[in-house]
Amino acid sequence: MTVGNETSGADPVMDREHILEIDHLAKAFGSLDVLNNLSLKLYNGENLVVLGKSGSGKSVLIKCIVRLLTPDQGTIKVFGENVNDLTDKGLEEMREKIGFLFQSGALYDSMTVKENLEFPLKRIKKGLSRKEIDAKVEEVLDNVGLGQTLNKMPSELSGGMRKRVSLARTIIVDPMIMLYDEPTTGLDPVTSDEISELINEVKAKYKTSSIIITHDIECAKQRPTASSCCKTGKSIWKGA
Amino acid sequence: MRKINPAYKKYVKLPNVKLPNVKQKAIKLSDKTIEKKELATIFFSELGEFFLFLFNTFKETFSREFEFKEFLRQCFQIGNRTLPLISVTGVVIGLVLTIQSRPVLAEFGAVSMLPGMVAVSIIREMGPVVTALICAGRIGSGMGAELGSMKVTEQIDAMEVSSTNPMRFLVVTRVLAATLMIPILVLYADALGILGSWAGANIKGDVPFVLFISQAFAAIGFDDLLPAVAKTIFFGAAIGLVGCYKGYTAGRGTESVGKAATSAVVLSSLFVILIDLIAVQITDML
Repeated sequence: MTVGNETSGADPVMDREHILEIDHLAKAFGSLDVLNNLSLKLYNGENLVVLGKSGSGKSVLIKCIVRLLTPDQGTIKVFGENVNDLTDKGLEEMREKIGFLFQSGALYDSMTVKENLEFPLKRIKKGLSRKEIDAKVEEVLDNVGLGQTLNKMPSELSGGMRKRVSLARTIIVDPMIMLYDEPTTGLDPVTSDEISELINEVKAKYKTSSIIITHDIECAKQRPTASSCCKTGKSIWKGA
Repeated sequence: MRKINPAYKKYVKLPNVKLPNVKQKAIKLSDKTIEKKELATIFFSELGEFFLFLFNTFKETFSREFEFKEFLRQCFQIGNRTLPLISVTGVVIGLVLTIQSRPVLAEFGAVSMLPGMVAVSIIREMGPVVTALICAGRIGSGMGAELGSMKVTEQIDAMEVSSTNPMRFLVVTRVLAATLMIPILVLYADALGILGSWAGANIKGDVPFVLFISQAFAAIGFDDLLPAVAKTIFFGAAIGLVGCYKGYTAGRGTESVGKAATSAVVLSSLFVILIDLIAVQITDML
């Protein structure tokens, strides 16, 4: 697995304070060690690219960050708080600051695009009026270039469109950290490029820090400024 | 073992007995023991997982933030999904029961007891059990497949990271909807069953509707109706819980969605029959 830190040149003043810190993280499934003593830091305004071949534990890493999986060893600190020590309420508050783009898009099949976008918005940004919700939904859909799909079902969308809607659902709650799990997997090169561009636009517009998990070198190349590598769940190289 | 000289072999008659291979048998035995131990481990871990799921469902049922809209949506879904099937089944139960019972009762000159007999058997047993088994097939498999596919496509994870408790949103609403809707569906099937019975009685006779209904209701007491409704509440809870459990704990592959749906139907049908057995025993004791 490869880990790459990239710092966008678009941010002239970047606060070098780290907002996410992973220290000696280990996770095994039975006898299979997926993460082995992995350490990394995500600085404010930075994009961290994690590169590695399939099955090397990249997705496990970001799932540990939002505690969808519990690590066996090590600590994960988000905004200075240890994720594993958080109470249910604390975890909920922490997750509100993190956007997670799933590999499959994970759009809710039984809901329209609009309902998919409203779902996290109504739960995280409580107290918004109907007008404000509609405006926000339209704004994020326009940002991903899919303003006309409002009342479509996810099954009516193409793979690239699903990824865009999923990205819109993630950014609608204004997260501070974005976690991208294989954002270009299963897409053709043109759509992959479009998604990569979109990720850059989201970063610039919403001022997010990101961890991008990918095995697609081309996707990683689109945003590189700093990087580090690791193999079989262990960090083996870090650099720009 | 000492070898016999071939020259003397004809004078010696050895018994034709096959000695058991003790070592091989011991290995086979230990293999079986390990297999049984593994099966027992799987069984008890699954049982533990189910009780943990049950506990979490109860805990989330009484939490402050109840997903009322989703609960109503699920109630509608359950009713909408099963209503046509239940309607047909209800009428057919009453019709068949009447057509088959009539000749036997006629032999004893007790045809006048037909409405009462059919009504009691529909309300006490046929209506609740047949309706619950149909719901187990229709609703249980639907819940298993729906939640299973949500699990496979990471929709449950997506819900969790969106600060939504999936147990509260997906499981509690479905279990409560099934618990509420199945008794209602059973009462509806009972009513259609009695209607079907009246239609059956009119195939070979002319029975006025009011007379048939009054005779049927005269035979039914609250002691017939209440235990029957009470057990359907448990049927509903069991179908909802098993369907959701199987879907929620499905594996990661698409194959597991099919497995979840199938095992949800099988297990919830089994639960319905077992609950019925217990309910009958309790009613009998009272």
